[in-house]
Amino acid sequence: MGIALLSLAGLFIAIYMYLYKIGKIGTLVCGTGSCETVQLSPQARFLGIEVALIGIVGYAVLLTLALLTLQPRFAGGEWPSRLLTVLAGGAVLFTAYLTYLELFVIHAVCRWCVGSAVIILAIFGLSLADLRRRSREPA
Amino acid sequence: MAAPTPGMNRFYLLLGAVALAGIAWLVYQVGKPNAVSIPVNVTVLAADTAGFRGYVLGADSAPVEISVFADYQCPGCQSFETIQFPAVRQQLIETGLVRWRYRDFPLDGHPHARLAAHAAACASDQGRFWEMHDVIYMRQAEWSPVRNATGKFSDYAQEAGLDVGRYDECMKSAKFAGRIQASFMEGAKLGVNGTPTFLIGGRLHNDILSSDSLKALVQAQLTKPAP
Repeated sequence: MGIALLSLAGLFIAIYMYLYKIGKIGTLVCGTGSCETVQLSPQARFLGIEVALIGIVGYAVLLTLALLTLQPRFAGGEWPSRLLTVLAGGAVLFTAYLTYLELFVIHAVCRWCVGSAVIILAIFGLSLADLRRRSREPA
Repeated sequence: MAAPTPGMNRFYLLLGAVALAGIAWLVYQVGKPNAVSIPVNVTVLAADTAGFRGYVLGADSAPVEISVFADYQCPGCQSFETIQFPAVRQQLIETGLVRWRYRDFPLDGHPHARLAAHAAACASDQGRFWEMHDVIYMRQAEWSPVRNATGKFSDYAQEAGLDVGRYDECMKSAKFAGRIQASFMEGAKLGVNGTPTFLIGGRLHNDILSSDSLKALVQAQLTKPAP
């Protein structure tokens, strides 16, 4: 349940960033004022795709998987949990790369990106715990 | 199919409530007024126009001067500036025949026209007006339909090689609003009522002129007997 709620929160952050990138929002709410520097940097695109858009897709997939694991028919099954953990692990690595870019290439930190990083770490931790719990349960 | 437990029902309610709150917050953010806006009904001060009569390209000694009154959000101007102007620049301006003067004439029906003109003015503050002018026109289809173009112009400022911090400060100050209005008023006084309008040898031409037509008009100016 926690993973679904966190994925939903992450999804809204990603949508907010993307709306800014496509010009639907004029100014980002950002305490340190560095969000726009990060969002307008060339590093805000990855392989030609907006990082915020990648975030939208990623969080939507995590949310869908999290809701799947809650369905009674998957109660004993491990595969949705396993897939969720693998994807969340990939997302943690991608977030680590983006954080490196913020700190050492752009030299600016966006609070929304930090929020997203915390969310994805928490999702990964919860998914690992869920996977361990499922693997211990008798079949 | 098993019915959801009361615990699951509460969870789905909570998830729905979070989703609704998130959507409401996004709708509020999208509807918030633009942080940067360029006033229209600004009082034009003498300092706004002192020594400034448009953005000039070409030699002072060029025998013909062409002024163009243009609006960054006007499709006709975009067509001229991206298709015809490169040839005009190469064949008439760089050859020393023409001195080109770009004047802002933001039309009321174009909500981002003043913002675009101000973005270009802020670029001129950093000596990169023509770079910004080119990017804004080239990307017109991208920024023109959006509700809020501030972020887009900031993006273009970076693309045009500007110091984005200085650019953002300049935009927030709206310090060129008076200059843009002065240019508009000067055009209106001359009889400009649409864009693009070209002023050549004291005559207004309000068509989208091709580079060939402009060449012919310049030729006519050059062969005109001195008064």
